[in-house]
Order: sequence, then C-alpha cells, then structure tokens
Amino acid sequence: MRPKTRQHLSQNEPLLFERSSPGKKAYQLPQLDVPAVDAVKALGEEHVRDEIEGFPEVSEVEAIRHFTRLSTWNYAIDHGMYPLGSCTMKYNPRINEIVARLDGLAWAHPYQPEALSQGAMSIIAALEAALTEITGMDAVTLQPAAGAHGELTGILMIRALLESRGNPRRKLLIPDSAHGTNPATASMAGYQVENLKSNGRGMVDVDALAAAVNEDVAALMITNPNTLGVFEQNITRISEILHAKGALVYMDGANMNALVGITRPGDFGMDVMHLNLHKTFSTPHGGGGPGSGPVAVKKELEPFFPGPRLKRSVDAWIWNYDLPQSIGRVRAFYGNFGVLARALAYIMAHGSDGLRRATMDAVLNAIYIRKNLDRYYDLPLDAPSMHEVVFSDEKQARRGVRTGDLAKRLIDYGFHPYTVSFPLIVKGALMIEPTETEGKIELDAFIDAMISIAHEVEEDPEMVLKAPYSTRTSRVDEVSAARKPVLRWRPQPPAGKAAD
Amino acid sequence: MLSVCGVSSIEELFDSLPPEVRLSRPLKLDPGKSEYEIVDYFRERAAENANGYASFLGAGVYSHYRPVLVDTVVSRGEFLTSYTPYQAEISQGTLTAIFEFQTMVCQLTGMEVANASMYDGSTAVPEAAMMAARITGKDRILAARSVHPEYREVLHTYAKHQGLPVVEFAYDAESGEVDSSALEAGLDENTAAVIVQTPNFFGVLENVDRLAGIAHRRGALLVVVFTEAVSLGLLKPPGAADIVAGELQSFAISPGYGGPYAGVIATKEQYMRQLPGRLVGETLDSHGNRAYCLTLSTREQHIRREKATSNICTNQALIALMATVFMTVYGKRGLRELAEQNLAKAHYLASGLNTRFSGRFFNEFVVKTNGRSPEEINQRLLDHRILGGLPLGRFYPELNDTLLLCATEMSRRESMDRVKEVLI
Repeated sequence: MRPKTRQHLSQNEPLLFERSSPGKKAYQLPQLDVPAVDAVKALGEEHVRDEIEGFPEVSEVEAIRHFTRLSTWNYAIDHGMYPLGSCTMKYNPRINEIVARLDGLAWAHPYQPEALSQGAMSIIAALEAALTEITGMDAVTLQPAAGAHGELTGILMIRALLESRGNPRRKLLIPDSAHGTNPATASMAGYQVENLKSNGRGMVDVDALAAAVNEDVAALMITNPNTLGVFEQNITRISEILHAKGALVYMDGANMNALVGITRPGDFGMDVMHLNLHKTFSTPHGGGGPGSGPVAVKKELEPFFPGPRLKRSVDAWIWNYDLPQSIGRVRAFYGNFGVLARALAYIMAHGSDGLRRATMDAVLNAIYIRKNLDRYYDLPLDAPSMHEVVFSDEKQARRGVRTGDLAKRLIDYGFHPYTVSFPLIVKGALMIEPTETEGKIELDAFIDAMISIAHEVEEDPEMVLKAPYSTRTSRVDEVSAARKPVLRWRPQPPAGKAAD
Repeated sequence: MLSVCGVSSIEELFDSLPPEVRLSRPLKLDPGKSEYEIVDYFRERAAENANGYASFLGAGVYSHYRPVLVDTVVSRGEFLTSYTPYQAEISQGTLTAIFEFQTMVCQLTGMEVANASMYDGSTAVPEAAMMAARITGKDRILAARSVHPEYREVLHTYAKHQGLPVVEFAYDAESGEVDSSALEAGLDENTAAVIVQTPNFFGVLENVDRLAGIAHRRGALLVVVFTEAVSLGLLKPPGAADIVAGELQSFAISPGYGGPYAGVIATKEQYMRQLPGRLVGETLDSHGNRAYCLTLSTREQHIRREKATSNICTNQALIALMATVFMTVYGKRGLRELAEQNLAKAHYLASGLNTRFSGRFFNEFVVKTNGRSPEEINQRLLDHRILGGLPLGRFYPELNDTLLLCATEMSRRESMDRVKEVLI
C-alpha cells in the first residue's frame, strides 16, 4: 500500500509579538460621524491607559500568513482519522457552519425582544424535542456550555431533588473507570466521592454496588457504554439497586455515539444524563472548544432545571423565569446557541434512519479494528465492546515501549494518536475510537500502521522511543515546561535556539 | 468487514445488549434532509428573528464589527476540526495561538498569567471566587450589585454547594459606582474575595486601585470582572486586582443569541497554580527548537480527579482564536482607536439625555425615561427598526424607569438622533 504521508515544506513563523513592527496595521475604521471625544476629559486621567505594551502591530497579509502558517502545524479530522477514544472525533459537516452564521441567528442579541427571537427559540425547541426522543428522557436543558458543565448541572439537580425530599445525602458512587470530570464534578457539587472497583470484565460489580448503596448515597455516576466501550450488562439491575434505596442514577453520555437509535438511557433506568454535542452530534472541537453539554432528565427532576425554560404560549415561544425550585442559572443567557444550531442541522441531515446507521457504522468500525489488531496488542478485557476498543501496551512494554511511545510513532504514519493511558483501570491503555466517519480504506491504513509499529517494537524499540521523526516539532519536553512554567511571551530573547 | 468481525449483519454486533433495553421502533424523528432543505429551514428561522435593526443593546453582549480575517482563519479545517492539543508534536498551531492569546490577555488586563479561556464570563466569575477561597483559606464572597445580574446568578448557583456564602453590596445611587462604605461595612475577616465589575453593569467605571486597597486591608482578594473587552483599549488595566475574570465576546465573537463566547481568567504569578482550566507553556523539543505544550496539568480533573481546581475540561479554543485574530487585526493602535470611536459615539448619544448616574462611562450608560415606561420607548423605537436599550427594572426594581443604552463603532448618527428624539 502507498504510504499515507510524504514530507513537504512547513513555513517557519515567529510569534506575533516578534513579527510586529511599529506603525503597521491590518484594520480600517470608518470616518467618525460624531465629534471626537477627549478620552482624558471624558474618563478622567486616572482611568486612561498608556499604550498596550507589547501588543502586536502587523499588516493584513502578515496577519493572515501568521495564522495560516500556524494552522499547517496542526493535525485535524480534515487530514485523516483521529481515533481518540472517548472524544468521538467525527467529520464536521460544513453545512453546519453555514447555518450558524446566517445573519438573523449570528447577530441575534440575547436581550432582543422575544417577539423578534422566535426563530432562535424554535431552533432551541426543536433540538430539545429531538434530544428528548433520542435519549428517551422526559425533558432537556441546553444551557450547560460543555460536558463537565452538564455534569455539574445534573448533579446539582439531583441534590436539589433529594433536598426537596428532606436529605441531599453525602456521597456519590463513581466507578474507577470513570472520566476525571466525574469525581471533580462531585466535589464541586458538595459531594464526597466513593470509588467503585470494576469487576474482571471491566463492568460495575453488582454485588459490590449493592453493598455500597445505602441512605448516604445520593447517586451513582455511570458511563454507559463504559470507558472500555463495554455496555453494562446489568444496567437495569444497577438502576433498580439505586432506586430501591432512594438514590438516583446519573449517566455520563460521553459514549452516546454507541447508542443513538439502538437503545435509550431513559428506557434503561437512567434518571439524569448529559450529552456532548461536540462528540455525538458532530459540532467541531475547534482545538478544544466550544462544546455544549445538554442535560436530559426524568419528569421528577424537571422542576429543578436551570432557568429560564422555553415555554409555548398561545402562539409564540416565551422564556419562563418563574421556576421556584430551579437550581439557578449555570450560565448567562441560554447556552451555546451557535453549537445548538449546528447539532440540530446534523440531526436533520441524518434523520431517524441516518442516526441509527451512524451508530452501527461506528460500532462496526471499532470492532473491525479490534479483530484486526488483537493478535498484535494485548486485549486486557475480553468483554464485547461497542464503539471503541481498549488495548494495553503489555506486549510492547516488555521491549521498553509504552503506550505514549507507540502513539508518537503513529504520528509518523500520518495518524493522530489514540487516547493514551486512559481509562486508568487498564495499565498502559491504548483507547481507540474510529467513529462512523472512516471508511474501510482509512481503517485499513490505520490497522497496517499499528501492525507495522508492533513489528518495529520487536525489531528496533530504540527507534520507536524517539518518534516522531516526520513532524516539524520533535518530541516535546513537557517536564521542563511544568518545572519552570513560561506561560506568556515577554520582550526578551527566548531561552532556546531561535529556530522559528 | 462483517466477516472479519465474525458476523453476518451489523445488527449482530449489538447482540451483547440485553434484549429488554433494545429500542424496538425507529426514533420518532423526520427522515434525513438534503443540504438545500436544511439551509432553507435555518433561513426561515433566521428570518423570524430581528433582521436589519439598528441596536443599542449591550448589557454584556456587544455588537462590534467582525473583521473578515476572523472567519477566514477559524474556518480553516486545521483549527476547526482538531482536538484539544494533547499531542504537542502535531498541535503546534493551536498551542502557539493559545500562547499568544494568554500573552495578549495579560497585556490587556495588566495581569501576569492567563489561562487558555473559560466557557464564558459568567462561569469565569464563580471559578475566580473558588480560586480566591483556595488562596485565602477563607470562604465569604462579597459581590457588588453592579456586577452583571446573570453572572451573579451563576455565582450563587456554584457557590451554594461549595460552602461559600455570597453577600451582595450596594452601588452608590448617585454615581452608579460601588458604594465603598457598603463595601467596608460588608467586609470581615472571613471574606475571601470582593467581586466588582468595570465598566460595571450600568456602564460606570470603578476605581480599581481604591477598591483593591479596601479589600486588601481586610485580607480579601479583589476580583475584577469585565464584560466589554473593547474598553480595555482605552481604560487603565485593572492591575491592582488579584484575579481578573472577563468575557471576550466583544472581540469578533458574534452575539449569537448568547453563545458560544470565551471567558478569561487571569491572575498574578504567585496564584498561577490555583488557576482552573488549560494552560499552555513554552518549552523545547528534542532538537532544541522552541515548542509549546499543555502544562501544569496536575491542577486538572483528568489527573487530580476530585481534588482538581475545577471540573472544567475543555476551554473555548476556537472562540479564543477568534479573539486572538481580532486583537491581531486591530493591534496596539487599532484597539485604542476602536475604543475611542466607541467612547465618542456613546457620549454623542448621551448628550442631552437624562442620564441616571453621574459616574464616568465608556460606551454604555443608564438613561431615565422621564415618566414614560421603558417598554413604551422601546416599542416606539421598534417602529423605526431600532432595538432600544435594556429596561433595567427586570433586574433592579428601583431602576424601573430606566434603560441601559450602548453605542459602538457600528452605531450610526442618524439612528442615534432617532433614539434621542424619542427619549427627549
């Protein structure tokens, strides 16, 4: 097979501040049509600043070249497969960018009259309805700005419900396979964390759970399928155990891409869950945001939603602020509306059949990778997996090569690495999620790369340890970065060789 | 592929799901639509919103011109479709841009370190309060009533379960500035942070140096909030603050019916390790070339789990990039000129109107409606295709005869004259 990559030129580019020269400009302001105002007189001398020291001055062409050059130093889904487990890096349809930028939506002010916001409110209503149906829950809020923000919202709602019943309780149970945001969220919501050990198949140990649940437990936070990509076989039983003691079940919806159209959390006993629109519903990750973390709940939790809530009056949408039991706002305004519009466009493009098909393709792709690689990489848990597969570096570690090293070598083959060293319950984890985006050609190229790396580890482990070789930046010294943090540019010569 | 997987149909791959949880019917959603139909649907919705109106709404969300370079840059797939830059070797574009962002936020705010961005301004405020509580070991939070009302609501939601009592203190009814005697009276030995906003929600400037003195005398940190980032082109940066928490929506981020935006949090170097969220740091690669990577991650949830500084995972990288491009396009001189235009427009609009507060203002101010209801004024303006100001009675019952008006470089003289005509 023809290799996926070949070297080409990559432009050097200094930081903006080093590129800057006095007097250059990239802007054009209109002629002022009102009298100019003396800033010192209007604001008082004590309020007026000196020039912004160090701020850049560049021309328009320098500005665009600067950011274009920088962009070429990134890998992206548009370049190829991005198999980060748990991150669901799927193709971002460009139609979604177009619709979110339509003037009437992009320039809508959150405080413009409701009568002149009906279009935006209809979009929010349509997305709430679609997500309610997809999750099988009773109602959805779109206010949270990201997955972790949705977790906080959901857990605060659980606390509010239990408080209304007389006792918010003290603890949340969290499996040891969970994302780090789960325990961090628990602390922010004022709960203690009790870790639940997974069983030998990477699933919740039902007996251990039953023993742990008591009147102190507010909820279980569970990811399903879990971070090993395994559907919790006893999920119905799990929710019964919690409910029997008056506790609730929170589902982290990070892995919803394995479930849409096949099964619904609302139908298997989940009380509250969040979704990541930037994962399952294809809104662009943008190098780390923006996201959106809607929260879906069962009826009994609905009164506790953050406000305002969308409500249908006789012939128009209105915002309802009269929510006496609400946990309060978690964000100003109504959420990341631009992300919501993109997610709705994705759902509309797929429709009922398309969403289900995407789920099936995502699972097929992951299992295809698993079956092709399980001879070369150790599969620590043999439970049937869904949309992602987790290997361990056990075989390669014997040659001194760890998951992080294998990941760096994968870069030389033209792929973004998988998720490294997560979940924590697998020593040296390689967590691979191809998503439905990839076709067989790209999957086979990935599989070939992984097999080739496995051979390289046997033949020349030293070579693998120093990868990547083909990037403009070689292996980065993260230890020094943390030991002596330099978090901003200052006007002095940089410590290293000024290579760019 | 199916035979490799050992099945004869894709459905078989789901056999491990317990039968009782399987959905036995199709989802009740419309069939998939074509690109054309989707654009059509959204065009129709967009047409139901205000279109082509002149706007004098501010109140935390500002209508500033968006230079075309901004969307040109953020539409590049290399920025748009990449993930959080964990793999530094193939993420130097995003990492370098974030490093530039952190630097420019410091230059603007007079702080020493800034993170890679927060969800928005409203969520940056409680994060700053929690940070102050960790630094001081105290728990009480004093927040000025002149901080954006929705930001304060978010603060209350977060603080409630952190065991951080939040007490609000008054503004001076005449000037619109913080009432410093109310602040002094509210401070005690358990106060972790004093939170003020400048320009505040009424558009009035606060004296940050004086407020910092008052807070520091009682061992509290000063958190300064901003919602109108363009003001920093002209206004003295809040260098006396301990933490700055703000919103960059003004920097080429569409109003977009409330989001996505980008929040910032910046502080003194000594508090660096208490920052929430992502940080990018400078280092070298194995060949000695300058390089950037995510750093100090031992503060963060994926390492520290329940002991992390926050549960925040992502930042707002693409939106922060919009702001970075905006700051680059305007640069040192342009941002000041832009701010001067805003100042000139707002002061033109205010001249001859019955302003409610005597304090100095930048591009936003409160005006009295002279016996008529603010809603009635706004209705008359709508007839001229003008979105008037925000009626403040909704958040401040004592100001129910006022409107908060904002003018920017996009406000035209003839629309401003129309507003004055209706108001006088």
